[in-house]
Amino acid sequence: MIGELTNKYLRMDRLPHMWCPGCGHGIALGALLRAFDRVKIDKDKTVILSGIGCASRAVGYLDFSTVHTTHGRALAFATGLRLLRDDVKVIVIMGDGDALAIGGNHFIHACRRNIDITAIVLNNQIYGMTGGQSSPTTPQSRLSTTTPYGNFARAFDFCNLAIGAGATYVARATAYHASLMTELYANAIKHHGFSFVETFTQCPVNYGRRNKFPDPASMLQYMKDISVPFKVAQNMGSDELQGKIVIGELIKEKEDVELNEVVRERIMKFRGGAQ
Amino acid sequence: MSQSSHLEPVVNRAFCKGCGICIEFCPANILEFDEQRKCRVTDPEKCIKCYQCEMRCPDFAIELVEKGEKK
Amino acid sequence: MSAKLVQGNEAVVYGAFNAGLKFFAGYPITPSTEIAEMCSRDLPKVGGAFIQMEDEISSIAACIGASLAGFRSMSATSGPGFSLMQENIGYAIMAEVPIVIVDVQRMGPSTGIATAPSQSDYMQVRWGTHGDHPMVSFAPFSVEECFTEAIRAFYWSEKISSVVVLLLDEVVAHMREGIDIDNVENILEVPDRGPFSEEKEGFRPYKVDRDKGAKLPPLGTGYRFNVTGLVHDEMGFPVEDPEKTGDLIRRLHNKIDAVEDEMASYDERYTEDADVIVISYGSVARSSLRAVRELRKNNVKVGFFRPITVWPFPSKRVRELSKKVKNIVVAEMSMGQMVHEVERSVGDSCQITLLQGIKGELITPDAIHNTVSEVISK
Ligand SMILES: Cc1ncc(C[n+]2csc(CCOP(=O)(O)OP(=O)(O)O)c2C)c(N)n1
Ligand code: SF4
Ligand code: SF4
Ligand code: SF4
Ligand SMILES: [Mg+2]
Repeated sequence: MIGELTNKYLRMDRLPHMWCPGCGHGIALGALLRAFDRVKIDKDKTVILSGIGCASRAVGYLDFSTVHTTHGRALAFATGLRLLRDDVKVIVIMGDGDALAIGGNHFIHACRRNIDITAIVLNNQIYGMTGGQSSPTTPQSRLSTTTPYGNFARAFDFCNLAIGAGATYVARATAYHASLMTELYANAIKHHGFSFVETFTQCPVNYGRRNKFPDPASMLQYMKDISVPFKVAQNMGSDELQGKIVIGELIKEKEDVELNEVVRERIMKFRGGAQ
Repeated sequence: MSQSSHLEPVVNRAFCKGCGICIEFCPANILEFDEQRKCRVTDPEKCIKCYQCEMRCPDFAIELVEKGEKK
Repeated sequence: MSAKLVQGNEAVVYGAFNAGLKFFAGYPITPSTEIAEMCSRDLPKVGGAFIQMEDEISSIAACIGASLAGFRSMSATSGPGFSLMQENIGYAIMAEVPIVIVDVQRMGPSTGIATAPSQSDYMQVRWGTHGDHPMVSFAPFSVEECFTEAIRAFYWSEKISSVVVLLLDEVVAHMREGIDIDNVENILEVPDRGPFSEEKEGFRPYKVDRDKGAKLPPLGTGYRFNVTGLVHDEMGFPVEDPEKTGDLIRRLHNKIDAVEDEMASYDERYTEDADVIVISYGSVARSSLRAVRELRKNNVKVGFFRPITVWPFPSKRVRELSKKVKNIVVAEMSMGQMVHEVERSVGDSCQITLLQGIKGELITPDAIHNTVSEVISK
């Protein structure tokens, strides 16, 4: 299965990829390939963009039209790319620092515009590429090279932020839950409007080592232990949900108007008026 | 998965980075490190075809394939 | 149609539409905002799209995205916003994506005086983004030129597959002159990016001659290459090979050098017998021209030189002129930025006098008149 998919969707001459042993980003890339297969993606009609970071290096392996943009700005590039191109699917892959620190403003505005873009954030709770500095999702008291005495700030809840900003599809998975991840990616790609899937991945090298995770598998085990399916979480109090992550589809709205429809409608109005 | 009994897990040693994820989570306990710290299948017959190894391998290095198809 | 009163900013939009503008992304900032407002009103009428982004960083990013999708794209801003765009200007240069950016200069640094004219972004245009890079910029001085230079900006951005900055100042942007937009002569035809007849499979967009720009086919049309700001190979994939790195950086410069003469444009008057020449651009050149004409009435042998292509600076011509005169007066609304380019071109061929304009006001014809008189009497 995966061999067939890598042949079909990856630039095989560029493998093996640059990610460290046990890096969760590779698990997410695998899930994305399965999702592509499920939605029968058209390679020639799909553009995949990314920012800067380990996560964003994914585009270098995907055999599509790919754009490796600047740190944090991928969604803004994608917005311009998509606005007059109803014919293309646009998928954006980002890291947590990429999408939420330097790119946080673009992220919330992409949510609010409901433009038909699928945003996938590989949240490893750290700046992997630059060697392990804290990110906006690094949990409180955890160690990084820039929080050597423990992180004092609270971690962002990425999905709540997206929901608050008006995203119409918001879901979360972890690298442990690879088949759920596949399903969510597929549904997000099929979704009409802005879709967002937060994916917890592990960075064994720059997060795990510093935070007493002996190996990649122990990080996956931890993700499994703290995950609560959305349905179950509905019957839990906020105290019980402390320190947990809720996985599954958190928001899925069907009827909202997507930005390109507005653009198209306006153009058509003037075209009609001219005739 | 009607033909699943024809499947067996196979490791692509060129891609395996020896992270140990598949080994840790294999419910049949049939994966281990070899001398070069790459994944090795000890007893393919015991595989329950759960696909957990294939889905969690970050390097596309382990796969369930038709028996005898690729080594 | 007959002549009507048109504002500089407005003429920029007419020019951009004439050149085939289909996409505008921007963020409001005085004194450029009229450009965004007009695009929001008129782009849908030509099948285009306008979007107000959350800042100038995303505005230029969206323009690059739209250009990669195959559309002529533009943003307009002023100093503070132009500073925010700098990182992605470098991206467009590195990835070879054609876009036009209008920078309407106002007083700085920082918020300065939002409504006051200035020419102090001249060096920011050239050196604002990091890394070794060439830069192309045109500066109109009249409403009609706002129109024609906007078209020329698109023409060259497509030709060189890179960024062109249309450099205005508050005075040029907001002044009104009567022009007959539909009957301006010698309009450039902006070339299409295609056709792309090459085999799609394995297409190498960055495989071009050492002094040519890459032509990127619109993304999502079957060409599956990579676009990146990293040093890259012919398919657009990151490389760190020293030879390939050097070749790429050199080519990005070579492709501009190769067309520098063709791209050069300047306005030169009364230089034939001149003892002193006034060099200025944009709105200041309007004052200069008036001063020069006045001085000529008094038989002062003064010439007028105005770079329109301000980057690359027309060094060759300035060097030639400097050999024939005793003095050059540079008038600009800054502490002196373009004057460095003049100095570089002139060497010690003649004296250079700088007239600074740093009070947020247009340099007057009188001020230029006086400076020239002083220089001559020395
Ligand atoms: C403007 C800018 N600032 C800083 C950097 C340096 N930088 C590169 S990647 C990165 C953080 C990456 O972290 P994240 O987005 O979480 O991705 P990860 O590497 O963890 O997958 C930073 C700060 C940059 N490339 N550009
Ligand atoms: S540094 Fe971390 S995020 Fe980056 S490749 Fe290595 S494990 Fe993955
Ligand atoms: S498919 Fe399941 S049982 Fe078989 S090797 Fe993989 S993890 Fe083990
Ligand atoms: S998960 Fe993949 S890379 Fe890791 S040990 Fe198993 S086969 Fe090797
Ligand atoms: Mg990260």
